[in-house]
Amino acid sequence: MPEELYEIETEVPGNTVEEFLRMERMPHIWCPGCGIGTSVNCFAHALETSGLDLQKVSVVSGIGCTGRVAGYVNLDSFHTTHGRAIPFATGLKLANPNLKVVVYSGDGDLTAIGGNHFIHACRRNLDMTVILINNFTYGMTGGQVAPTTPLTATATTTPYGNFEQSFNLPYLAESCGAVYVARWTTYHVRHLTKAIKEALAKKGFSFIEVLSPCPTLYSRRNKIGDGLDQMIYYQESSEIKHGADTKTVGLDFQGKIVVGKFVDIERPTYLDAMNDYYSKRLGDKFVHYNG
Amino acid sequence: MIESERKIIITMAETKKEKKPKGTIVITAERCKGCSFCVEFCPTDALELSKQYNKKGYHPPILISEELCNGCNICGLMCPDFAIYGFMFNKKGAKAA
Repeated sequence: MPEELYEIETEVPGNTVEEFLRMERMPHIWCPGCGIGTSVNCFAHALETSGLDLQKVSVVSGIGCTGRVAGYVNLDSFHTTHGRAIPFATGLKLANPNLKVVVYSGDGDLTAIGGNHFIHACRRNLDMTVILINNFTYGMTGGQVAPTTPLTATATTTPYGNFEQSFNLPYLAESCGAVYVARWTTYHVRHLTKAIKEALAKKGFSFIEVLSPCPTLYSRRNKIGDGLDQMIYYQESSEIKHGADTKTVGLDFQGKIVVGKFVDIERPTYLDAMNDYYSKRLGDKFVHYNG
Repeated sequence: MIESERKIIITMAETKKEKKPKGTIVITAERCKGCSFCVEFCPTDALELSKQYNKKGYHPPILISEELCNGCNICGLMCPDFAIYGFMFNKKGAKAA
């Protein structure tokens, strides 16, 4: 068959995520092979399809590699003190209940330094979306052991391996009362985008744990390759189990990963509970609070 | 292809009529950090790292062949540096010459 020349003329649409990001700040500071950029990409796609009014969405971050997200999203965003992203978001939400508040931070920031705030936000069922990027270590400060570092993994402060039991974050969130709990990795981009979209639409405390490679510290210290090797490990070792018992989804060092949507229930949020209770208790004296 | 170009013309040698490309990608090479997520996880294996360097010394991806790409935008979702995205051809806009 003779070869024919074939021409297609087409309009090139712009990259749709760019309107959700501060492109003048690119390239960002994250290392080559780091998964935080991928999760931000999924977040931007989720925002795009969610149809939310961007004037009413705000992102709160703590300190750390993931804390930098607040600086890169083209929304009202706050880069708060270490571990205090959730208290800041609580104030933001209670002062202006019409806002959609997203807390975007890392494992060290949300579950170590801010661990107490995390469990109480779950308990109160504050209406916010928490996206936790879990890279199993403290990236920005030099790879110290974190509460999420799996057993036997090496960190700069545990040169012979970690002997502390690590957190099972979905179990922690569920037992404290979160209404939406999911875990995905940066390999599951379509699932993650859908989960973020669902979490944004959910009323109450929605929690998504995103496992992300840290090629510079966690992977290098443990000699498990670079970012791409971690992504291939996520692809090969993860198993999707929706509705799995969160007791059973703990993580081992380079072991099997259970991902999926674990919890999706309904429970009155903090403001709804307060308004209901005081309306019953005080009757007409109580003025319904709605911002 | 640079991003500022809003209209492109793809010319290729076609041997089979039914193998029309369904979409393509746009790469901003200067933003790439060479992590090769897009190359590894492309469902149709349409990408490879180019031999050329960008300003920072990384190898950005290139399309192996225009007809392999179906514009699914998995590379666009995977890219941590917002340096690549895919799109499908609008059926009305695309015309064969």
